[in-house]
Order: sequence, then C-alpha cells, then structure tokens
Amino acid sequence: MGCCGVRHEDSAAREGGDAALWVRQDDDGGFELNLIAPAINCAACISTLEKGLKEIPALTFARVNFSLKQVRVKWRDPDFDPAEVIAKMDELGYTARPFDPAESGFSRDDEEARELLRALAVAGFAAGNIMLLSISVWAGAQGSTRDLFHWISALIALPAIAYAGRPFFRSAWRALSRARMNMDVPISLAVLTAAMMSLYETANHQPHAYFDAAVSLLFFLLIGRYLDHRMRARARSAVSQLMTLSATGAMVTGDDGKRRFLPMSALKPGMRVSVAAGERIPVDGVVEEGRSDVDVSLITGESVPEPAGPGHKVYAGAMNLTGPLVIRLTAHGEDTFLSGIIRLMATAEQGKSAYVRLADRLAGYYAPAVHVLAGLTLGGWLWWTDFVWPVSLLHAISVLIITCPCALGLAVPAVQVVASGVLFRNGVLIKDGGALERMAEIGTVIFDKTGTLTLGDMKLVADGPLSADSLALAAGLAAGSSHPLSRALVRAVEERGIEPALVVNVIEHPGRGLSGAWRGRALRLGSREWCGVSERDAPDPGLPQLAFAMEGRPPVLFSFTSELRPDAAETIRRLQRAGLRVEMISGDREAPVRAVARALGIRTWKSGWSPQQKLAYVEGLTKAGGKVLMVGDGINDAPALAAGYASMAPSSASDIGRTAADMIFVGSSLRAVWLAIAVSRRARRLMTQNFAWALVYNVLAVPVAVLGYATPLFAAVAMSASSIIVVANSLRLGLMDGRLRKSFALPSGAPSGAGDNREKKAA
Amino acid sequence: MSVLLYLIPIALFLGLVGLGGFIWALKSGQYEDLDGEALRILDDDDDKPLTD
Repeated sequence: MGCCGVRHEDSAAREGGDAALWVRQDDDGGFELNLIAPAINCAACISTLEKGLKEIPALTFARVNFSLKQVRVKWRDPDFDPAEVIAKMDELGYTARPFDPAESGFSRDDEEARELLRALAVAGFAAGNIMLLSISVWAGAQGSTRDLFHWISALIALPAIAYAGRPFFRSAWRALSRARMNMDVPISLAVLTAAMMSLYETANHQPHAYFDAAVSLLFFLLIGRYLDHRMRARARSAVSQLMTLSATGAMVTGDDGKRRFLPMSALKPGMRVSVAAGERIPVDGVVEEGRSDVDVSLITGESVPEPAGPGHKVYAGAMNLTGPLVIRLTAHGEDTFLSGIIRLMATAEQGKSAYVRLADRLAGYYAPAVHVLAGLTLGGWLWWTDFVWPVSLLHAISVLIITCPCALGLAVPAVQVVASGVLFRNGVLIKDGGALERMAEIGTVIFDKTGTLTLGDMKLVADGPLSADSLALAAGLAAGSSHPLSRALVRAVEERGIEPALVVNVIEHPGRGLSGAWRGRALRLGSREWCGVSERDAPDPGLPQLAFAMEGRPPVLFSFTSELRPDAAETIRRLQRAGLRVEMISGDREAPVRAVARALGIRTWKSGWSPQQKLAYVEGLTKAGGKVLMVGDGINDAPALAAGYASMAPSSASDIGRTAADMIFVGSSLRAVWLAIAVSRRARRLMTQNFAWALVYNVLAVPVAVLGYATPLFAAVAMSASSIIVVANSLRLGLMDGRLRKSFALPSGAPSGAGDNREKKAA
Repeated sequence: MSVLLYLIPIALFLGLVGLGGFIWALKSGQYEDLDGEALRILDDDDDKPLTD
C-alpha cells in the first residue's frame, strides 16, 4: 500500500499523549474519541484502518471520515485506555492525534449545510411538481381545471417557500435591520410578493399565477448557496486541521517525575515542559536544562539558528533543532511575545476599512432602482386605468418578479464556487469569499523572506576556495547531525559527488558544534568560536556559517544561504510582468536578504525589520492608496498580514500567520501566489460579465413587464434562461484549470512535483 | 378528466416519498463523507459470497 503509511515526524503524538483528556461521554453512557490522521489519503486507508481498529475488542464503533481525514471510535467499557487506539493506528502506519471537534471549530455536525440541503430538497420537490402543473396550464388548461391546478400549486408552494426561503429571509432581515442592502432583500421581496399575488389571482380565478417562478427561483439560488457553503466548509476544515496538528498541547513533567501530554488549556505557568530535538517549542518559557540550537525563523524571520542554553528565553513557534530542552513555562497572558503580536494585529484590523462585497455594493444600487421602477409602474398604470387597483398592482408586482435578481444572485456565488474549486485543486485554500474579489484589485505584492520566499533548507554558497578533502571530512563529521547547516553541508557534498570521509568518535555538543577524529587527528565543525575563528581571521559576512577545523591546519569557513522556494524566480518575474510592484520586507539580517533580493530580481527590499515596522510599512502604503497583497508566514508577519488588503500564507506558517491570512497555499512552490492572483483576476472579470448579462436581461425584460405583457410563461422562460447563461459563463473559469497547469512551464527544467514531494517529507 | 383526481395525488405522493427518503438519508449521516463513500464502494471485502 504504497501511498499510505507515511509516518509523520510528530513525536508528541507518537508518545500517545493523554488521550483520555479528549474522550467525550455520550448520552447513553458510552465513550467517544475523535482522532485526526492526515495520512488518510487513499481508498485502502479506509478499510485498513477500520479493520485494524475492529481488532481491538473493546471498541464498538470505528469509522473513518475520508473527507475530513478523521476517525471516530466508540466504546462502552469505562476501563478501556484510549491510548490503545492511537498505538494501534501508529502500528498501522497512521499518526493520529486526538482532538475535540467542538473546540477545534470543525465538527462534522455542520448544521448549516444540512439546513441548506434540506431546503434544497424541499424546493426541488416543490419546483418539479409545480412545473408539471404549470406546463399543463400553459398548454391550455382552462376554467375550473386551471383553478384546480393553481390551488394545488399554491398548496405545495406556500409551505415550500416558507421553509426553503428561510436562509434568504433571515439574511435579508439581518441586512435590513442594520439599515443595509444585500441581494437577499430583493430576492425575498420578489418571492413573497409573487406568492401573495399568485394566491390572490388564484382566489379570483385569474390566469396570472407565478408559483412556479417563485419556487424555482429559490431552487436555483439554493443550489448556488449550498455549493458555496460546501466549498468554504472544506477550505475551513483543511485550515483548522493544520491548526489542530500544529499545537494541541505540550509534554509536561510533573512533580512526581511522570511525563504527561497535556492540552494547551491545562498548562499553567511554572510547569516544566520537555521539548525533544526536532520538535516545535509549544510555549513561551525559559530554558532550564539542556543545550540546543533553536530555529527562530517563524518568530523573527532570522535564518540562522541561535544557540540556547539554561536561562535563555524561548518563544512558542521556535523549532528545537539539536538537543532536548526542558523549559519552565513563564506567565501566560499579557507579557508573552505572542500577546504583543495579537495586540498589534487587533489594531491593524481596526484600522482596515471593511470591504463591501461586489454583490452587496451592486445590491445597494439595484434594489432601490427596481423598487422605484415598480412604484412608477404602479403609479403609471393607476393613472392610465383611472385607479383600477388590481390591474395596476398586478403589473407592478410582475415588474418585481421579472427583475428579481436570480441571475444577479447567482453571478457571484457561481464564479466563486468554480474559482475556489480551481484554486483548491491547485493547493490554494480560500478562507473568505471576499478575498477572491480583493485579490483581483491588488497593485503591490510584499513578500516576507524567511519561510515565504525561501524554504527552511540551507544551501552551501559555492564561491571561495573549498578543497575537496575538507568538504569530505566536514561532511563525514556532519553526517550524523540533524542541524540544518550540517544537513545542508552533507547534501552539498553529495551533490558534488564527493565521498564523505569516515570520521570516528563523533560527539554533538548542542549549541556549539561537533567534534570527532580522522586518522588520529581531532576535527571540529560548528560555530566560529567552537573552531577558534576570530573576527580578525575572517570578517563575518552576515550569512549563516559553519567553521571546520582540523588539528594542525587553519580553519575553513562554509557560508550558506537559504534555499529559494521552487518557482520563486519565475513567480516574481510573472508578477512583475503583470504590472505589479514586488517588494520584500524581512526581519533577517542584511546580507541574506540582499542575496535573496539579487537572486530574484526584487529591487525594493528592507531587512532587520520588527513586526511593528512591517505593519507600519503596509499601513503606510495602504494610506497612500495602494492595495497590498502581503505574503508571509511568521509570527512577526501576522500584523502585516492582517493589515494587508489581501494576504496569503504558506501552510507551513505559524498558527497566527495562518489565522491572519485570507488564503493559504499548500505545497512548497511559490507559483501558488501567481495562480491565486491570476484566478481571482479572471474570476472578477467573469463576475462583471455575469452582472452585465443580468443587466442586459433586465433591460430587455423590464419594458415587457412595465407594459403589462409579462405572462407567467414569459417569466419562467426568461428567468431560467438568464440563470443558465450566468452559470454557463461561470463554468468557463473551470476551463482555466488545465491551461494554468500547462502554462507554468518551469524554466529550470525541474519536475514540477519535486517541491511537493519535499513538502510531504517534511510534513 | 376525473382521472386527475387520483393521478395528481399519486404523483405528489411519489414525490413526497422521494423527499422523505432524501431527508432520511441526510439525517442518517450519508452526506457527511461524500469523498469517502465514493471510495468505499470500491472496497469489495464486505461482499460475502453465498455459501450454499
């Protein structure tokens, strides 16, 4: 089963954790546990997991939810240890982590989706049956037969409208009670007046019954709304899964010396948290025991790991690289680094003016215009017919029905569903529908450097005199280390086809470097101090460096730069060619930032900036009238992400970065940024086209209604035709998908999948 | 035309049966994992062959 069983480096989950904390008791005395397992990705996974779990005798229920990559188990025996489930899943090759569906905000009980589906079913049933009756009427049913058909239609339509129309009525009411307009106001008004007028006509044996139009309008609109909801729910659940996986708790050593995995909410200041090498630090605290190197790129943007030892302050989000650490938790609350960032974000969000969605902006003009038109029609007919109310009202209401924004109501959601589907398939998740519209308007793209334009991996700088034998020796020494610079060195040596030397007695000294021996001579690899390199011997170039020393020889220095994301250069070029200003702001030191800027051809860049400076810069550009897309991943980028007109973050970003961003891209390739902009620009064009179609339809149909020639048949045909045109036009965006994939030919000749594979390995 | 008196109720009844069936399916959770159901149908382990 090649595609499954990928073990994820997630040691907290491997140790089982205290799964009991996530167990929920259901009403009839049973127990339930929800687990999330990201490796569920093929058909065989479902049966492997379910069959494997059924081997645990205590379990009464085990079911995989493939869409959400979750597993739910139930049992009745109160003595059963749920850790057994996690162990069993691990044995089957799936790292699982318990979670609380209520807390993480993506429960499977998506009540809104169910309500929409139920409403959709009711509207569909009613529309189908009423249409059958209406066709008989249009075909020529007369007199009492027609009345009978109208009455049956009324009997079906009225309850169906009352039930299926609720989502629209509620939203219209919410808008009106805040003295605002949205598309649901004219929709609700048209449906309700159509139903009432049809009832009046039916009671008076008249031919103008619009029950079919009212119900099929609801049916069409509900389809759009349900699809829209499903797309958003899927993106939301993907996003919150990323969150659930990143930090659900910490490994705490109690006073009794027992180690337990506690959820975030159970942590208290003063607790001792152990963090293994290769794990992300879950809390703010002070190092109590152990020495290590800590990668703080998510927090400050700095690409060089910094050494950490007892007394050193570490922040949540940093990656512990080389040695295990024990951290004493410092106070939660106001004085943590993160809470400072959150305060900055809150001010950034306040300063941002609320974006009004395209459809709502249009509704602000459209609805009053339509209502004035209906009023004028009423007045005109009253004057023309010498105050014959029924006829005048009939014509006024038929104006309302004909102009009912069926096509307008579909214009945006239809495009949005197709656009977010295209982006979803290409690894871009949209958190908020408005983001697509805002993305299309941006004029400046600002990138963060570390983690956004670059990956975590380092690359050996090729310049300088590096002899093959010192590379071979240094690589032999570095082979066993997990420090990113050591790994980069080994990779570089392998790429050059040099065989690493066989070095013995290798010892890792966390925070300093490595020592070992080769043919009786002592070797050292690590920081400049560790190898005795002083500022006088070689000036600090500002790039991350490893020093290598062999007894009896002068030390050698290796410089590194961050490896760029795949397609970064091509993406930047495309953005610039599309007329966008591309800039880079980073918290890293000047030399690495300059190197990246030069490699990518970015002319405007800033280095060494604090989160406050980044925020101020984005706000300044916005005040000057610029529309900024901020792309960043770190905690230090979060305020700037919140302040940007639109924002994007990679899925490897910090929690807070992902929360702040409008869109998230999965995979390591940076072309997602270009893709998102291209798709949203196209989506916006299609939305405008849809609006234009809807308006053309109105321009043609309204005079007919005003003059009193609108029959129910005319209304039904016109309405369906305009809706179908709008939907078909929106579907054209789907054609873009294949073209997009083909058009991004990679200049370097690298296979496009390479980056994705690396991401999977790292995940 | 008196045929309508029972044809229309029959048509409506059948429609309601369909609607009821859909709502039952929704309530029993058959719409919660649409991608999963698409794959489960390929798994033929649950098909027990007739033994006698």
